[in-house]
Amino acid sequence: MSAPAKLPRWAELGLLPAINLVAALLLSGVVVRILGENPWSAFKLLASGAFGSQDSIGYTLYYATNFIFTGLAVAVAYHAGLFNIGAEGQAYIGGLGTGLVCLWLGAAPFWVVFPLAVLAGAVFGAAWAFIPAWLQARRGSHIVITTIMFNFIASALMTYLLVNVLIKPGQQSPESREFAPGAFMPPIHELLGRVGIAFTATPFNFAFVLALVAAALVWLFIWRTRWGYALRVAGENAAAAVYAGISPPRITIGAMLLSGALAGGLGLNELMGAQHRLLLDFPGGAGFVGIAVALMGRNHPVGIVLAAVLFGALYQGGSQLSFDMPKINRDMVVVIQGLVILLCGAMENLFRGPLAALLRRRDVP
Amino acid sequence: MISPRRSLALLILSGAVRLAAAADFQPAIVYDFGGKNDRSFNQSASEGAERFKKDTGIAFREFEVTNAAQREQAMAQLARRGATIIVAVGFTQASAVEKVAKEFPAVKFTIIDAVVDLPNVQSVNFREQESSFLCGMAAAMASKTGKVGFVGGMDIPLIRKFALGYTEGAKYVNPAVEVFQNMTGTTPAAWGDPTKGAELAKSQIGRGADVIFHAAGNTGGGVMQAAKDAGKLSIGCDSNQDYLHPGSVLTSAVKRVDVAVYKAFTDEKNGTWKPGPVVLGLAEDGVGYSLDEYNRKVITPEMEARLNQARANIISGKIKVSEYKAQ
Repeated sequence: MSAPAKLPRWAELGLLPAINLVAALLLSGVVVRILGENPWSAFKLLASGAFGSQDSIGYTLYYATNFIFTGLAVAVAYHAGLFNIGAEGQAYIGGLGTGLVCLWLGAAPFWVVFPLAVLAGAVFGAAWAFIPAWLQARRGSHIVITTIMFNFIASALMTYLLVNVLIKPGQQSPESREFAPGAFMPPIHELLGRVGIAFTATPFNFAFVLALVAAALVWLFIWRTRWGYALRVAGENAAAAVYAGISPPRITIGAMLLSGALAGGLGLNELMGAQHRLLLDFPGGAGFVGIAVALMGRNHPVGIVLAAVLFGALYQGGSQLSFDMPKINRDMVVVIQGLVILLCGAMENLFRGPLAALLRRRDVP
Repeated sequence: MISPRRSLALLILSGAVRLAAAADFQPAIVYDFGGKNDRSFNQSASEGAERFKKDTGIAFREFEVTNAAQREQAMAQLARRGATIIVAVGFTQASAVEKVAKEFPAVKFTIIDAVVDLPNVQSVNFREQESSFLCGMAAAMASKTGKVGFVGGMDIPLIRKFALGYTEGAKYVNPAVEVFQNMTGTTPAAWGDPTKGAELAKSQIGRGADVIFHAAGNTGGGVMQAAKDAGKLSIGCDSNQDYLHPGSVLTSAVKRVDVAVYKAFTDEKNGTWKPGPVVLGLAEDGVGYSLDEYNRKVITPEMEARLNQARANIISGKIKVSEYKAQ
């Protein structure tokens, strides 16, 4: 296979993703047309459903918060040459840590619960990533397989705990009792309200800010610290890393711990910010979307934040679409999301060659 | 730009429309993860709503959720757009109903399979253990090996309720009966995994079971197929599934979610809808076992007589069926 064609930086980061996105939307338009709806009005509904009102912006960014955490988790592991498919399970168990702190310390004021909940989420998430990491580093068990397996183990463990131990007595639904208000993540509309800006009540909460902070820290860590450098070296070429005195097994474990801890941040948004209780399957596939987000964001924090907002928009806009166009049911919305992943992630180089040729021709007459 | 006068006119017009919409009767329904075409629980709800539409000509709005946050969002949105009654299908919607019902006290909510104690919420629950008991009896009577099976979907209290009633019913007929129990999984994916359902059914058949009851939504399709392929019997769940494999489906533990939905819409339309708990069991025809042309041949007259006798005894209280309680 030939090396991918070189593109100028602006085209690489701006133009190519934009072309891919437009192609995905055009293809979706064809699908919508086949279903007998007008693609243009479907697209307008999708866009206004995602960004058209404060309510929709709030939901879009609320979904995006989950995807930033899981996207960062996938990206950190990726830089170390590891494909972490287990962000879903790590987020699930990380959320258990956060949830337990919230249930346990519920009556305490927010500033007491908050740091402990963040810490517990990170520690639980990291602990769940540690076992596959150790197996990879010391026993050579492939991390893709073990992290997938650990998603299922996490799910089984959480179902056991919620059905048998943490369930609120006297109800069918496997959910814990509600957290006390001290464990609620401040919603953005409340924070804005304090400075006199009115914003519709949505689950959009302070965890979004935490996700942005996490993104900034990941950037600092990977490109501005020695450890981050070692991690990238080990990821690019393990043999060269050994030659440089870096131990790849230690990098594997370190990177996965960090990855799991980042995934654990999801509980801050989902449990403390939105659901206010521990419940089954709260990650809702965000761990897997995180893979697409990281791919599309080129494993760079800025790209990840942007891709996360795009996927948040597809989630929120997509639900609006199925709400207002009954013919486009939820499965169709998944198809549209899948097309975006396909063209922006898996087949991102489809237009690279033609685009490079076009740009070359313009530069060199 | 729209001129100020025109925008004022628009504003008044939209206000008038909103008022008119609020005064009108507007039903809505929110399905759970399984989706309205799950051939089982949600589909039954959907059939009730569709029947209402056919009978009255009144359209309803519907929404199928794909993640937890959407439940609340969808209900609030339906309420804002003028829905007067919202039926929430499935116990997982309880917390969302609780939140949204407080926010919109003028909108009426009917939740199925859960209890929400608010002045504008009606909570419809079914005594699944009673129909499961009858199906357990039918299974034990039809079994030649004295071994019967149960395949549940996701391991949650509701499904254990089915399993317990089934086991009690089987033991009621034959105290020595052996009941194999398997749950398909621990994630919501357990409701939609016919392949695994078939595997579990095959393993139970391998251990000697010759009648298998499923309470597993879409997964149950695999259970019933496996039973048919092996020449054994299966028992359907929630919707009447006798027609799927005539002669191989012994009966179905029918749960009339459709009746509950239809009744909620009709009552609201006629102004007779009431909040509070509603429990539907054998006595109310909310649950039961199915008997139609598809399974007529496998349910013998003696079996039918005995089932009807037990049915009467459960209604009168002579037979007590235990209800599985989450501690």
